[in-house]
Amino acid sequence: MQVVSPIREKLVTGGKTYHNVTEDICKQVEGEPTKEWKIAFGVALLVFAYGGYWVGRTWWQGLGVWGLNKTVGWAWDITNFVWWVGIGHAGTLISAILLLFRQKWRTSINRAAEAMTIFAVLCAGSFIFFHMGRPWLAYWALPIPNTFGSLWVNFNSPLVWDVFAISTYLSVSVLFWYIGLIPDLATIRDRATGIRKTIYGALSFGWTGGARAWARYEDVSLILAGLSTPLVLSVHTIVSFDFATSVIPGWHTTIFPPYFVAGAIFSGFAMVQNLMLITRVVFKMEDYITIEHISLMNKVITITGSIVGVAYITEFFIAAYSGVQYESYAFINRATGPLWWSYAMMMTCNVLSPQIFWFKALRENIVVSFVIAVVVNIGMWFERFVIIVTSLHRDYLPSSWTYFTPRMGDIGDYLFTFGLFFTCFLLFAKFLPVINMAEVKAVLKTSSEDKK
Amino acid sequence: MDNTNKRYWKGIEELKNDISVVKNADQEFNLEEIDGGTHRRDFLKMLGFGVAAVSLAACDAPVRKTIPYLNKPVDVEPGIPNYFASTYSEGGDYCSILVKTVEGRPVKIEGNKLSKVTNGGVNARVHASVLSLYDIEKLKGPQKAGTDISWEDLDKEVTSSLNSANAIRLVSGTILSPSTNSVIQEFKQKYPSTIHISYDPNSVSGLLEANKSNFGKAAIPSYRFDNADTIVGINCDFLGTWVSPIEFAGQWAKGRRLTSGKDGKKSMSRHYQFETGMTTTGAAADYRQMMKPSEEGALLVALYNKLTGNSIGSSNFKSEIVDKCVADLKNSNGKALVVSGSNDVNVQILVNAINTSLGSYGNTIDFSKTINTRQGNESDITTFVSELKSGKIEAVIFLNANPVYDHSLGAQIAEALTKVKTSISFADRADETAAKCTYIAPAPHYLESWGDAEPKTGSYSLMQPTISLIFNTRQYQDSLLKWSGSDSSYQQYLKNYWQANILGGSSWVQALHDGVFETGASTSTNTAFNADLSSAAVGSLSSNKDNGLEISVFESIAIGTGSQANNPWLQELPDPISKVTWENTLALSQKTANELGVAQGDWAKLSAGDYSIELPILIQPGQAHGTVSVAMGYGRTAAGKAGNVGQNAYPFSVSNKFWTGGAKIEKTKSGYTLAQTQTHETVMGRQAVVQESVLSEYVKNDKAGRFEPMIETSTGPKKPYTITLWNGHEKQNHSWGMVIDLNTCTGCASCLVSCQAENNVAVVGKKEVVRAREMHWIRLDRYYSSDENSEYSIDINHLRRMEIASENPEVVIQPMMCQHCSNAPCETVCPVLATTHSSEGLNQMTYNRCVGTRYCANNCPYKVRRFNWWKYFENDDFDYNMNNELGRMVLNPDVTVRSRGVIEKCSMCVQRIQAGKLVAKKAKRRPEDGEIETACSQSCPTNAITFGDMLDPESRISKILAREKEGRAFHVLEEINVQPQVSYLTKIRNKDKAIASETHEAHEGHHA
Repeated sequence: MQVVSPIREKLVTGGKTYHNVTEDICKQVEGEPTKEWKIAFGVALLVFAYGGYWVGRTWWQGLGVWGLNKTVGWAWDITNFVWWVGIGHAGTLISAILLLFRQKWRTSINRAAEAMTIFAVLCAGSFIFFHMGRPWLAYWALPIPNTFGSLWVNFNSPLVWDVFAISTYLSVSVLFWYIGLIPDLATIRDRATGIRKTIYGALSFGWTGGARAWARYEDVSLILAGLSTPLVLSVHTIVSFDFATSVIPGWHTTIFPPYFVAGAIFSGFAMVQNLMLITRVVFKMEDYITIEHISLMNKVITITGSIVGVAYITEFFIAAYSGVQYESYAFINRATGPLWWSYAMMMTCNVLSPQIFWFKALRENIVVSFVIAVVVNIGMWFERFVIIVTSLHRDYLPSSWTYFTPRMGDIGDYLFTFGLFFTCFLLFAKFLPVINMAEVKAVLKTSSEDKK
Repeated sequence: MDNTNKRYWKGIEELKNDISVVKNADQEFNLEEIDGGTHRRDFLKMLGFGVAAVSLAACDAPVRKTIPYLNKPVDVEPGIPNYFASTYSEGGDYCSILVKTVEGRPVKIEGNKLSKVTNGGVNARVHASVLSLYDIEKLKGPQKAGTDISWEDLDKEVTSSLNSANAIRLVSGTILSPSTNSVIQEFKQKYPSTIHISYDPNSVSGLLEANKSNFGKAAIPSYRFDNADTIVGINCDFLGTWVSPIEFAGQWAKGRRLTSGKDGKKSMSRHYQFETGMTTTGAAADYRQMMKPSEEGALLVALYNKLTGNSIGSSNFKSEIVDKCVADLKNSNGKALVVSGSNDVNVQILVNAINTSLGSYGNTIDFSKTINTRQGNESDITTFVSELKSGKIEAVIFLNANPVYDHSLGAQIAEALTKVKTSISFADRADETAAKCTYIAPAPHYLESWGDAEPKTGSYSLMQPTISLIFNTRQYQDSLLKWSGSDSSYQQYLKNYWQANILGGSSWVQALHDGVFETGASTSTNTAFNADLSSAAVGSLSSNKDNGLEISVFESIAIGTGSQANNPWLQELPDPISKVTWENTLALSQKTANELGVAQGDWAKLSAGDYSIELPILIQPGQAHGTVSVAMGYGRTAAGKAGNVGQNAYPFSVSNKFWTGGAKIEKTKSGYTLAQTQTHETVMGRQAVVQESVLSEYVKNDKAGRFEPMIETSTGPKKPYTITLWNGHEKQNHSWGMVIDLNTCTGCASCLVSCQAENNVAVVGKKEVVRAREMHWIRLDRYYSSDENSEYSIDINHLRRMEIASENPEVVIQPMMCQHCSNAPCETVCPVLATTHSSEGLNQMTYNRCVGTRYCANNCPYKVRRFNWWKYFENDDFDYNMNNELGRMVLNPDVTVRSRGVIEKCSMCVQRIQAGKLVAKKAKRRPEDGEIETACSQSCPTNAITFGDMLDPESRISKILAREKEGRAFHVLEEINVQPQVSYLTKIRNKDKAIASETHEAHEGHHA
């Protein structure tokens, strides 16, 4: 008997050679900015500037420019924070966990995903500052030796854990991303002339491309992957502790850590999907980001979307089963109270919409994939809004129940982070290789037959 | 290469192997040897230090110089307050007070416990009056026709015109001051054509007339609510605004206080209230019946007929509780009291007849001491208006009176005033009346003035200045004396008057020190009732004709008659029932609103006769159907920036009857949000929040109405406090706490304003209240009962119906402030340790450390933490007292003014605790119970709040808790085990049966 293993589908199509890969990817870095890029960058800058105006007002006048009130002390600020952190999860997941699991298909998307992670974490981090009443004292949240009579931070506070989690995550992500960039930067350096050569030369840290350098590169990648794998789970777990350790019905929920992590991967993949599809079209990367990639991403989205769906239902079951009046009311209020529409948005976008990917044709349809990815991120934003606002606005004492209405400050500060994110991402896309050339080359299927 | 051992030396020293050389062998340059001078590294160090030092010095805060006293006044120690006894007297409102002054400026009003009238109670308006002192919109000096004039010129001109005037009228509100009355007599002697007219915007002229006709005495008798077993109030807000509310609330509370335990006091008065709009008195009543204002007569006829068996007309008043009320009144054997707020003389005659038949006179009504707080006579002011219109009056002086605004004939007075040659107002600002006057001779605020008062026969009190004159003002008594040709200053006059007429040889200084003086005088007690009830006027009351939509004009707790309208504390004080701030509303019942096609959020035009106003609609549970209530005191046009809000309702109160029929409501616009501090009406069946029962149950069981949650564990149900993750905080020295008796709290909001004054709580304005960002540290949670079964169940429709208040709900008012949890959820979540626990049981807030994450506020189960969304001081967007130099003088120097971006909350007046401990420490003793009082507990007219040290077994709080631990005391939200330092005592209504008693009992059991 003879077993014939099926031949794996090629990860990169179009019969690319090593040189083709270098050419295709360096082209974007070396050429003039395209018109599309310029328009996109201009829009991003405008949004950034308008958002910056609102951030300025928020800092100059105070948090009154937001719609918060005596009962709802967090709304868009922490919603946006958690949302961005969640999005930031995909990068590490793709780079680290998929690297450890030897998922080679990740090679064409990991670079962009990691970049996205970093920018998303920056956006999330900016909300840590924005949400403070006195952001100029933000450093008090760090355990820095000081002259205030050795005044320390409160290690009991989940917000302090957040600070540690986010800063760790940001540093590891930046490190991971940059180490991965070094061989590609060296490639660009080798092709560049003049001042560009100097800059890319400096950025590539004198990469020689020698066998020993490659060996170390592989080792460092693996070590960093090992380091960041727990982070994928821990960061959002810690973010979920902000809520889970509180006494507020709807927040005080032990299911939060896994549920938040699943949600983070869910939204992160959706964001990667979006960016990838744009990159694919704008930079003509159809051969590197294939339908297979899109399909795999959609599968992950469907799975994680279903996990959060199960979590939503579990919460309801536990609320009813616990027999705690406040808890069950919090969930009834979530679905049927004055903010029912946000709950309906969350359920529709997160649980129902990804289910269409059970159909292969839809899973492999680029337009559908793009739309659903957008819908998923809207849904995930509402998930955080639902958790934060609908739990707070009607908690223990009915005398303090209020409603939440956003004001321009909320919207402006959110726009700021979009501006920041896309400005950074577009700069990255223009000046750095969006696809990891070195790793893609490693998964090319080449044979002498190709050489004609 | 064989000789490899050869050695080379750098020098002879090395060869010698000198120890000092070997030591430094690895140092090329021996720096120690280079003497003096600056080395490269030192230079860099110094440069670094220099740059840092210079830049630090550059960022230093600007130096603010304080100037020490050159000659320090006796008794003024910086940082140590002085208390002066004085008297609040505004219109007819009276309160004996202590004024806390710091370095010469009054900052806080406290109750004077020596007073036999107010007994240390203070109400919201009295507390807020200290802010009116620092109102920057007051006149800075005398004016003639809008331009400044000197006092000398004013005196000259006024004296000459008064001398030539033939008909002089002096229009005033109620004057409580005997010496002022004497000054007016002198003035009358000098100008014999003078007639003194007194009127009250919140008049009880009808009662005065009825008493005159029935008892020959146009006076208000003393009421003894504490002696009454059955109290019936008929449109009479005696706990909030009527005649002498501070005194009455204290008396009423005495009859409502219960104590648990075998020997406890288990009886209380029964209180019926028949009223149109929901008042705090109605909310506190055991049985409350809604009633149109026009039905007052019919109700009284029904009561009278049933009580006496006589018939003075047939009444068609329908109510289930009238018979019950009659039975209780009869059974009270003279210990009954019926009061009516009506200004209709016939209604009051009927009330007198009922009280006579009940035997109340001598028991609960005492004519030997009359209350002087309302003396206004309605017919006098009506005559005055017609005389004014006829042009007969040549000079008019307005003294504490603003009739253009606060009388229903105001528009006519305004018009006719132009006919008067000389018109003078003593108002502190160019108010609606003063603006029409030729001269304004501004009188100072009462805290800058000398004066006295006789609120009740034989009970005198003194007013003394606590600050020197802020503006170029002069007391009106001084002005009148001057114009009368007297050289005496009023201060001297007052002292002479007291020594001659009141003190009877007692010490003036002592009287001034105490603030009050009792002569024990009384008036004749002839209370022979004399009335002809068969007269057509009284008989006609029973005919209850259809008046259409009736407008009820009522006096609100906060704004009152509107004389203090420009006081932002009062404007922002939520109405204890409706929770509306900064404006008056058209209060309608849901049913009436549906019939009229309006809803909350709409604006509507209310018109009656030829007057109309446009105001937002408020759906008010408990409002009588077919009526609309509008608060007086709003709609000032010349009060100032804060005061010119709402619409004037006085013109609806034709001939000061406070109601009128035949009104119309037309919707004008919609989509409006009222500035309410509480928008949810019911407690949603949350028994861990509000615990209540009825007397009949309580007599049987001290724990009636108590909700005692149990947590299911593997070893069976346990009390929440027995299961904990917390280590707890050790309290060795003190454990400060509070007990709040829900039974005696009337919701008068005195505590709220007291707290605002004590703790420099910012005013945020209407817009921010709409955004639910008021800063009050203590709030009065008001819950209405719902028709829906109050037992919680997971049923969406049930829960929705629970949100809807009953048509005529039972009300619970629960003061809520930081509970100072022993296991405080706020403390664990603060990232920077800005909120921590003290060793005395307090949850402390360190503003300086706060970075403003608001996590603590989110995690507070009681939602008592307040965030500074903006900078509320020195900010033109918040143009209230903290935005001007004068207004900031009211700030308490012991309490930080919070900056933007930090959280604040009730500190249990930690500054007072510290001050009290310091006093005790200096005297080398423990702080005594009662020595330290929080602002709220100090001011409560009913003593519903008891503050003290729970570690001191002799303290009142310890004794109450010892007694009530197995009785009425409960912690709000016991099941979450935060262990508050604040306990509440269950609300017990004197009802036969609780509306939801069955479900309560069925529900006591296992809860998680």
